[in-house]
Parts: sequence; C-alpha cells; structure tokens
Amino acid sequence: MTIVTAPSTTPAPPIEPHTGVTGELRVIAMVWERELIRYVRTRTRIMSGLIQPVLFLFVLGYGMSGLVGTVGGFNFHQFVYPGVVAMSVVMTAMFSALSIVWDREFGFLREMLIAPVSRATLVLGKTLGGASVAAVQGTIMLVLAPLVGIHLTPLLVVQMICLELLMAVAMTTFGVFVASRISRMESFQVVMQMLLMPMLFLSGALFPLNGLPTWLAFITRLNPLTYAIAPFRQVIFNAQNMSAIARAHFSTTVTWFGWALPMWLELSIVVIFAVVFFVLADRGLSRTE
Amino acid sequence: MTVGTEHPTLREPDLTRPAVEVRGLTKSYGDLTAVKGISFDVAQGEIFAFLGPNGAGKSTTIKMLCTLARPTAGSARVAGFDVVADAKRVRRHIGLVFQEQTLDDQLTAEENLRFHAVLYGVPSDQVESRIARVFELVALSDRRKDLVSTYSGGMARRLEIARGMLHTPRVLFLDEPTVGLDPQTRALIWEDIHRLRREEGITIFLTTHYMDEAENAERIAIIDHGTIIALDMPDALKASVGSDTIALETTDDDAALAALRADGYKVERTEEGLTAYVADEETAVGAVVASVGVPVRTVRAHRPTLDDVFLHYTGREIRDQHGEGTVSMFARAHGARR
Repeated sequence: MTIVTAPSTTPAPPIEPHTGVTGELRVIAMVWERELIRYVRTRTRIMSGLIQPVLFLFVLGYGMSGLVGTVGGFNFHQFVYPGVVAMSVVMTAMFSALSIVWDREFGFLREMLIAPVSRATLVLGKTLGGASVAAVQGTIMLVLAPLVGIHLTPLLVVQMICLELLMAVAMTTFGVFVASRISRMESFQVVMQMLLMPMLFLSGALFPLNGLPTWLAFITRLNPLTYAIAPFRQVIFNAQNMSAIARAHFSTTVTWFGWALPMWLELSIVVIFAVVFFVLADRGLSRTE
Repeated sequence: MTVGTEHPTLREPDLTRPAVEVRGLTKSYGDLTAVKGISFDVAQGEIFAFLGPNGAGKSTTIKMLCTLARPTAGSARVAGFDVVADAKRVRRHIGLVFQEQTLDDQLTAEENLRFHAVLYGVPSDQVESRIARVFELVALSDRRKDLVSTYSGGMARRLEIARGMLHTPRVLFLDEPTVGLDPQTRALIWEDIHRLRREEGITIFLTTHYMDEAENAERIAIIDHGTIIALDMPDALKASVGSDTIALETTDDDAALAALRADGYKVERTEEGLTAYVADEETAVGAVVASVGVPVRTVRAHRPTLDDVFLHYTGREIRDQHGEGTVSMFARAHGARR
C-alpha cells in the first residue's frame, strides 16, 4: 500500500472532553433546553394544546351542568376543571414524546444516539423537557380557574404544579416508550388515537368514577391515569369551600372493592408507572444494528 | 469527574497507529453478506475514499467503523480504539456526516452546534471559541444565528461538516457527502473539506459513488459486492487499466502507421483509424501529429478515467445504479421542506 504525505500543519490539539456525571448532567440540561426552545418556537402547538381542553371545559362543562345541575352549590364545570387541566398536561406530554418519532424521521435522533453519552441520559433529558413543557401548559390553564369558579391559593398553585410535573413525567416516559417502538409518524397518530383518547376518557377526568357499571369501573382502575388525576382533583377540591353534599356527590376517591385508596398509594402507582416506562423507553431506543 | 483511574495511554487516540485499521471485517444480515472480510488501513491525515455503486457495502462498512453496526466477524480500530470493545471512545474521537440530514431545523445553526458540543463533552470554556472556529472552516459565520430551516441543502450539509469537526475528532466520516447537491455546492464542500484537512490535520474517510468526487481522495478503495477489488492512488488506478491513447484519422492511414512506427511509437490499427499508446497524452499529442507526415483529419486524445477503472474492475459502469442516490435526494428535499 502506498504511503501518503502527512498534512503540513500539526493537528489541532484534541479537546479534553468532560466525562462522567458533570458531562451527563450538562447533556440532560441541553436536551431539556432544546425541548423548551422548540415548544416556545411552535406557537401552533401551544394553541392546539389549549383549544381542546378549553372546548371540553366550556362546551362539555356547561352543557353537562344543565343536565347534572348544581349540587350543594357545586357545578359540573367546577368538577370537570381539574380533569381538563390534567388532560391538557397529558396531551402535551404525549405530544412532546411524539417529537422522538419526528427526530427519528428527520435524523436528529441519530445525532443524539451516536453521541458518547448514555442512552438513559438522553431519555431523562427528553422526559424532563417534555414534562416541563407539559407542566407549563397545565399552568397556563390556571388562568381559567376563576372563570369556572375555582378558588386558587398560593399553596394550591404549588401543589398543582408539583402534581402536574409528576403526571407529565409519567406520561412523557410512557410516550417515549411508545415512540421508541414505532418508526413512522402515521403510526404514531393511530397509536395516540387508540391509546390516549381511551386513557383520558377512562381516567375519571371527565366524570366521577363512582357509581359506574362494574365492568367500566374495573377498566378505569386499570388505567394509570386514574391514579394521577384523582389526587390532582383532591388537592383542588380540598382548597374549595365545598358542602358535604357536594363532596359526596362529586366524589374524588378511587376505590378498590369498596376500599378508598390513600393519596400516597395513588401517587406511588404513578411513580412506579413512570419508572417502569422509563426503563422500557431506555431499552427501546436501540443504538446499533 | 475525571476518569483518573484509567490508564492514560488508553484514553487518548494513538497517533502512531493508522487512523483506521480494518482486518477481515464482515457483516451479514441473515443470508445476505453485505461486507465480505475486507482489510485495509487509512493513514493519519489521509483523505481516503470508498468508491462503489449503491448496495456495494460502503454504508455498512462506515456504520461498523462508527460503531452503529456490530461486525459479524473481523475487527476494526478507529483512532486506535476497537469499534466493539471501546465503542464509546471511538464515538468520541470521530466526526460523522450521514447521508441523511441530521440537524434540528427548528433550532438555529449555532444552537445545533452548541447541542453537539455538549453531547460530546466539549468543556464549557471552549465551546464558544470552537463553534466560532468551525463556522469559519465552512464559511458560514454570517449565518450562525439563522434557523436551519432557512438553510439550503448545501449550507445544511456544510453545517453538518462543521458540526462533525466541533469536538476535534481524529477521523471525519463522510457518507456520500455531496449526494443530491449541485456542482457549485459540491465544489464548495470540497474546498471546505480540503481546508479542514489542511488546517486541522484530520483524517477523512468518505464514501461516494461519484467518480469526480473520488478524485479528491489520496487513495481510493473500489468496493463491489462487499469486497475491495482495487485500492490505490487515483493515478495508479488509472495507470493500472492502460496508458493514455491518441486516436487519429488521416487521409492515408497506412503511410501514417509506417511513419509513426518509424519514429518509435506503439501504434495499432483500429476500425476508425489509428491508435497510438503514449505515456502522457497532453504532451505527446503535438509530436504524434507532427510525425504522421500525411494530413490528419481528426485527433482524439484520451486518458483513462476512474470510469474506465471502474468498468475495468467491475465490468460495468457505476452510472447504471441510481436507486439509493435518488432516494437520498428525495429524503434531503423532504427534510428541507419540513
């Protein structure tokens, strides 16, 4: 084989790379930042994330109010408000995860997966980014609270944001897992329609979970979103001046065979759900052939 | 946290070894063997081209060298690190430009580079200077604040090359770097590549199915059906398929043949006239015409091209294969529309 003359100048000194924990943390922050930049730059996404919940809140909420009526000074649209905020968070979180399919289709996923960082770091950054965006979207929904007669306190706002974040993390990891298993945009839309809509409708977001037929009650108890939305509604209702009759009518507790689950158990279920799907999402994003 | 526990000589790329060492590298997908036990070295600082039709095994080889595909058999070292055992270090010391665009076009050029700098652990205090430097290398400094969605295909490609250089890799892999681009843009990209080779002293490994693009390389490996069928410098490859020729048509071919032979030229009769074999057609053409002695009707001088080389070694022309190239062009146009 032939010898080739070396270039005349000396090579640029190689950069001593950051490795270990600091490096991985910087990557998490960067992936997170990218999600936020993209969110801010796509106004249509912010709008579409708002329009659907607002429709549910005002159209469904007021429509049903006429049917359900006011019980103990409490309306159906007051009942549905927490569910609608949660819906907005869940949908934004799932659509943030959708951007992985987008990234795969347009190659940027490859740029990330080939980098000398651990895959879990990328999934974590993506999850936190998607969750932050979803929590921001949910927090925007707080401005609607006074319009439907929900009273906000500073403590309640903090509690709501925390629960929104938890819900958003869980749904983003779930979404990233789903996205890691499919490679085309079209299939993602189908999966969203077949997963997201049933999950939302069977979560207690839009109607109370008590007094349902057994089979329907059973399905709602299998739905992880049920355990994310119930505590959210509980903290909001706890801050309202509700009569005992209203509390009994618009029940917020999830029961297993008549046993009311404590809030910590509901939240634990959501955390476990998030961890399981984080691990599955990490495994799903394969790097090599 | 620094990696202090590891042996220091294992961490840095070994500059005394070839930039790329490949031994018996094989990749099978089920029954199909895409790459069949190829071996070669690429020297430090060399521009090395893999030339072959689509489906010849070029992309599969580059994927194995970049740790994106696991070899079925054989071994490869890049920047001194084994692509299987030391995949993470290999990835840190290589730059990659894929056939498909891998930029986020909702971010600005600068944001794309900053993202990459963090992914590859470029220290915070060097990020800005390094970004400015690679923008200079591809002459895009004035567009650094623009969204990538406003970039043309050629600019996006140059930005990707800049990004590939950002973390001072030892080897830059370019998979079909100019596919689907117009001739001016291709020339511009090659200017960039030569500049960064000159100024950063990097080794460049590229795949291409364009003959004229392969001419830029110092050595070319011709790959077909997963095997390297020729590997040498472009001129040596051309020389290996035959010498330069000068084809003549004269008013009296017999007289011309005799006159040329008398002057010591190697000449043959062909259907159209005469063909003289010379060392260098450019300098010989005048002397040949002068020594013919009878009026000359036409003169055609020819030097073997890489097309001839390819035809000679594979028995067919590379231009027959279009499939993959067209698809990539479509993907690129599609990406630009996003």
